[in-house]
Amino acid sequence: MIKKLSGVKLAHHKNTEHSASQPLPLPKLVRIPMSMHIGAPCSPLVKVRETVCVGQKIGDTDAFMAAPIHSGVSGTVKAISDFRMSNGRTCKCVEIETDGLQTVSDSVQPPSISSKAEFLQAIRESGLVGMGGASFPTHVKLAPKQTVDTLCINAAECEPYITSDNRQMVEAPEEVIDGIQQVLHWLDIPHCIIGIESNKPDAIRILTEKAADDNRIQVVSLPSTYPQGAEKVLIYHTLGRVVQEGQLPADQGVIVMNVSSIAFVSRYLKTGLPMVQRMVTVDGDCIDNPCNVIVPMGTPVEDVLTFAQCDFERVNKLLYGGPMMGMPIADVQDPILKANNAIVAFANAATPKASACIHCGRCIQACPLRLMPPQIAKAYQKKDVEALQTLHVTLCMNCGCCTYACPAKRPVAETNQFAKAMVMAAAKK
Amino acid sequence: MSVLQILTVSPSPHVRSGMTTQKIMGLVLLALLPAAISGVIVFGLRALLLMLFCVAVCLATEAVCQKLMKKPITITDGSAALTGLLLALNLPATLPFWQAAIGCIFAIAVVKQLFGGLGCNFANPAITGRVFLLLSFAGDMTTWVKPFYYQGLSLGNMLSSSAGSMNLDAVTSATPLVSGDASLTALFLGNVGGCIGETSALALLLGGLFLIFTRVISPSTPVAYLGSLGILMFFYTLATGGDWTAVPYALLSGGVMIGAFFMATDYVTTPITTKGKWIFGIGCGILTFVIREFASMPEGCSFSILLMNLLTPYIDKLTMTKPLGAKKAKKEEA
Repeated sequence: MIKKLSGVKLAHHKNTEHSASQPLPLPKLVRIPMSMHIGAPCSPLVKVRETVCVGQKIGDTDAFMAAPIHSGVSGTVKAISDFRMSNGRTCKCVEIETDGLQTVSDSVQPPSISSKAEFLQAIRESGLVGMGGASFPTHVKLAPKQTVDTLCINAAECEPYITSDNRQMVEAPEEVIDGIQQVLHWLDIPHCIIGIESNKPDAIRILTEKAADDNRIQVVSLPSTYPQGAEKVLIYHTLGRVVQEGQLPADQGVIVMNVSSIAFVSRYLKTGLPMVQRMVTVDGDCIDNPCNVIVPMGTPVEDVLTFAQCDFERVNKLLYGGPMMGMPIADVQDPILKANNAIVAFANAATPKASACIHCGRCIQACPLRLMPPQIAKAYQKKDVEALQTLHVTLCMNCGCCTYACPAKRPVAETNQFAKAMVMAAAKK
Repeated sequence: MSVLQILTVSPSPHVRSGMTTQKIMGLVLLALLPAAISGVIVFGLRALLLMLFCVAVCLATEAVCQKLMKKPITITDGSAALTGLLLALNLPATLPFWQAAIGCIFAIAVVKQLFGGLGCNFANPAITGRVFLLLSFAGDMTTWVKPFYYQGLSLGNMLSSSAGSMNLDAVTSATPLVSGDASLTALFLGNVGGCIGETSALALLLGGLFLIFTRVISPSTPVAYLGSLGILMFFYTLATGGDWTAVPYALLSGGVMIGAFFMATDYVTTPITTKGKWIFGIGCGILTFVIREFASMPEGCSFSILLMNLLTPYIDKLTMTKPLGAKKAKKEEA
């Protein structure tokens, strides 16, 4: 048995674990950014005043590292504007006024697939990106040069509050199993392992039952310690393999896919409806009606919050995703994106005042990868790139355990990120 | 902007644990309470007065230093109060107040603030303060009153009774470390001569276990310290043909208990990794043994911890963690 990696014990706040997903009332306007993935942004394929249908492709690019964008509503293109993404860059954004008809495009047809190449092409056309938060284009992930022997399904859902993956597994486990079987079949992968945190016993039970007929698929219960869903931690805890510095999971013969992404593969192959909507958990201490909603891409966050009876007077911080790694939202008009598994609204999320480091070592103990943040911070202060390399700061995945654990309330993970950027910049020179 | 007021935008994570520096210091102060109470029971009200005095001087010194250096005043973090209490517990109950004040000022101003304040000092302020006093006022620092000496004294006499102000010959006794005549039970309960807070192993053990239980300290250091000292003493008594009781005697007497649980576990001046803490504890055990048995001093606890404090940066360097998936650096630093 391998020794489990450390992490932090968090309050789970899985208030919505029994809340069945429900569709959001159709928003009046959606704003669909042309970049909802890692890689090159798409160019709009539609013009202002053009009519669009549900499932119609509205953005694409020739770049390999990209995923096309589709509309989740029918209506008229009102504007093509500039949109500032959370990483600070800008991309085009197609604004569509909905007509309430939800006319489905003729292009929405189940794809016919007879080879691996066609399967990958279909995945690209579906617009699928990693739905767990990383938004990596799935067709790129599924086409590694390395030989892969295991498909690892990330169903840890280790962030507090979020239950959308859990609801997917409980409400439609057959989609999960079918999606896995499709990927195993077309990519000729012999084995699949599903990792689920032990705080989701229903999902573990149901998927274990459903997977009983297929001896290629194995369900593993993971400890309920954050961050089980971090790729390296997941691979280590499910397979005992170590993704080395600078490696991708495929270098260890593994492809990791989020459980909602794999379920989408199944739905897409059956219906041909591309990535135009997703399940979003809405929770937080400003939300009176915590729930799971199916939301069309590009829906303003405000519509989702209103549906969940958010107390707008009290909101101080809004997050895309959970409280550990979620991105703060600057404006309630910002849209729901493909990788957006939750919206969390907090009343009081002021950053606490940092005091001197007392060398207690809690950050080192909390780090799942056993990095040494105090030493990293010192080396970063001295701009000592060589020392930072010796400390392997580039391994840091910004899971936030160190900052969480720090009694001096120092921005530990943030400093790691700056240090990492310094090493990366030096390596480029 | 929309219907909302300005939203906070800051890097993740957006939640923090409930543990704070202040809370840690508070827990350590709480853990010292049994030792402090036992000190007052054994050595009377003057011990209490000395503790309050040292805490007050340390807080004042810290505030003045920070004021002079135009730094924010951080006496509410509890670290200066902790230094004051720890130092007081390491003093004889009859030490003149002015000497205690010098120790406190030295600990805070020189050892802590001159090196940058909390988190930057290389040696434990309380220990260094004690050693400074021991070297400066060797006589008063090694004048030990008998337990319950205060019985029969008037309140005024009790509070003023310091080594210099009255004839203490009638009430002084050698520390059991020198005389070797105390019973193990007396050592365990604290019914012996010594510094205010170091005599009762029971009280210190209670506090130490509380700190381990609340995860403020790791058990590695005390286990390594007490374990290595115990093992060395065991073989030493075997070799010299002594009585086996020398082993518990060595562990229960002198400053070993307070040192192992409260001084050698100071975050700032001891190694940060578990492996480092083991090395630190074992080093303290060996040094304490060597100083006690072979050097001219009866007690070596403070000196051994202080020496190991100085080695801490090197221990930290030698016990760096190996991150998961870390590739070996091209040229390994020696």
